[in-house]
Amino acid sequence: MAKEQYNWAEIAKSPAFVELHRRKKFFLYGWWAFSAGSYFLLLLGAGYTPGLFSIEVFGNINIGYLFALAQFVISFVIAVYYGRVADRDFDRLTRQLVEQIK
Amino acid sequence: MRKFVSTLILAISLGTVAYAAEPAASVKAVSAVSAVTAPGSTGAAAPVAAKSAAPAKVKTNKAITLSMFALIIGITLCVVIWAARKTKTAADFYTAGGGITGLQNGWAITGDVVSAASFLGMSGLISLYGIDGFLYSTGPILGFVTILLLMAEPLRNAGKYTMGDILCARGNAKPIRAAAAISTVVVSVFYLLAQMVGAGKLMQLLLDIPYRVSVMMICTLLIVYVVFGGMKATTWVQIIKAALLLTAAALISILVFIKSGLNPIRFFADVVNSQNVQDHVRMALLKDPLPVDGFDYGKRFLQPGLFLKNPLDQISLGLAWVLGAAGLPHIMMRFFTVPNAKEARKSIKISVFLMGAFFILTTFLGFGAAIHISPQKVAAMDKGGNMATLLLAQFLGGGEGSIGGDLFLAFVCAVAFATILAVVSGLVLAASAAIAHDIYVNIIRDGKADQHEQVRVARITSLVVGAAAIVMGIAAEKENIVALVALAFAVAASGNFPVIILSLFWRRFNTAGIVSGIVVGTVAAIGLVLVSPNMTYPKKVAADAQKIVVTLEKKQAEGVVLAGKDLAALDKARIDYQKNKDGSSIMGLDKPFFPLKNPGIVSVPLGFLAAIVGCLAFRDRRSEEMFDEMYVRQNTGIGIATAIDH
Repeated sequence: MAKEQYNWAEIAKSPAFVELHRRKKFFLYGWWAFSAGSYFLLLLGAGYTPGLFSIEVFGNINIGYLFALAQFVISFVIAVYYGRVADRDFDRLTRQLVEQIK
Repeated sequence: MRKFVSTLILAISLGTVAYAAEPAASVKAVSAVSAVTAPGSTGAAAPVAAKSAAPAKVKTNKAITLSMFALIIGITLCVVIWAARKTKTAADFYTAGGGITGLQNGWAITGDVVSAASFLGMSGLISLYGIDGFLYSTGPILGFVTILLLMAEPLRNAGKYTMGDILCARGNAKPIRAAAAISTVVVSVFYLLAQMVGAGKLMQLLLDIPYRVSVMMICTLLIVYVVFGGMKATTWVQIIKAALLLTAAALISILVFIKSGLNPIRFFADVVNSQNVQDHVRMALLKDPLPVDGFDYGKRFLQPGLFLKNPLDQISLGLAWVLGAAGLPHIMMRFFTVPNAKEARKSIKISVFLMGAFFILTTFLGFGAAIHISPQKVAAMDKGGNMATLLLAQFLGGGEGSIGGDLFLAFVCAVAFATILAVVSGLVLAASAAIAHDIYVNIIRDGKADQHEQVRVARITSLVVGAAAIVMGIAAEKENIVALVALAFAVAASGNFPVIILSLFWRRFNTAGIVSGIVVGTVAAIGLVLVSPNMTYPKKVAADAQKIVVTLEKKQAEGVVLAGKDLAALDKARIDYQKNKDGSSIMGLDKPFFPLKNPGIVSVPLGFLAAIVGCLAFRDRRSEEMFDEMYVRQNTGIGIATAIDH
């Protein structure tokens, strides 16, 4: 396994990497916090506000069920959106960075 | 080497046949027992049991079911033969040489997550406890959003074969490998046992195959899959199974939906208006002997709080689901089967969709069973509701005894069987990779093993792990499946997740932190489950039995002549009381020390805390200096090509 020598600390400080990292961090942590927040809100709501969850919206379909279903919708939207942003922005920035290093 | 393996497999399968020949008598005994215990378990089940005097049991057409099983075994064995020819190096064996595409891996991951526990268990929970069962199924999906956003790509770039590889990215320390390997084996074994116990019970109930024989049968097959086919065969078995499973779930859902006029509002109205559901909620769940005026028991079924009554337990379970899914070693291993981070991302994206679609369908499976089969009948077959989907399939195909019913039931049984096989194969592969790659190759041999030796060791280890699974599976027959799954997820969430996240993102993290995090997280999770309400507490069993004895004796004293069923229940309760009144749980406790069924809410923070404290106590400059390299690598994938063709 021939190992090429890079100056890792320098790459880590390079503007291209810092930019990539900053964008990724904001996006990834932000959306993760959003989805985790909505999930634990669902659990808290189920535990502590059963009255709210029992309000019927369409026929016998109540807020609790719709909120649970929304978890899936949120996950689908995040998956698609992240895929797009990563394909468009993150991958491009990464490619540029790798070419710069070489 | 091949000869050795084939001889052993032959020996195991002969043993299976020998077992199969003997136990006709024991089967009868078993079904008799279930006939006695099942109706007595819930008061609501009584009318159903009275109607059909025959033992509560799903009636399968054996000829059709067994040929479906044979078909699935045949197809998967062809896959194994094909895969075996292509498995030459250690990378082939553990990661299919990184040659799986994102799409294929997405299906395989879905297969890993949607185990028999989800296919049969979650729909069962919905059919018995209503919407609480559906809340259960939202957990894994967020687990995968976590994996998608935080872990998949960095892990793909950082690792090679196992969790140990990821954690050793900043230094090849043996203590890390040992800790990671042990935790991998622990998590995989608990998960494996849960699947195995479930599988054994399922086969017993469906086909009258004794528990031991079905465990042996499943293990023999999985040994063949893993030993010869490695990751490639395991992946394809998983893909085939995921496709079958989604097809079955979609088919059942569509039929259920048609019965409600393709109208979601009518579907839920059918649930609420079902007399069976209302009776079940009133008598079995809320224990109201007489209806409370103005209370709508049907609507109550669609409101939360019937299953997990303590909100803290819900949250604790949620934590374990979300972080545990991200810490399961056999899922982690799947990231290494794709060529790069982009494909890893794609595979998780696909699995989020497939998994989400499946879990949404559990609404139809579970509530469908509640409407058309009735919760009482589902509970009478199996207290955990595991037979709900199967009964529903039989009903939709045309009912018991009809050709359509037999065919559809056989198909769904075969899918459940394939599911179990595929999931346990993945688990055995993960456990053997940890033992062979981390412990043998890297600790004992200092990484100095050639390809030939690595593959040989990997195969022997899988064989041994598979054989051990037979012994453990048989020994665990009486264990509680839910407790085992809770354990696997709790250990993954509290032992594995904190150290992985910290080593990916925290500059100062080091060996001491990893080891203390894994050890404390794992021990805390196991310890808390051992003193939790999941365990059996004989004094409580005795108290319950005492209650039955008192009630029935009082009836007798009042001059009521007890029916045969009640007399049997009285005798059983007396015996139970005598047997249990002086007992204590495994840990010597009279009642649970820890009040929650799921330890996550305490053990996950403990795992994080131990990791951080351990790390700060032993500062390691070298590890900090390595962070830049690791961080750049995991974000860009530089240097990853060398890892593939290593």
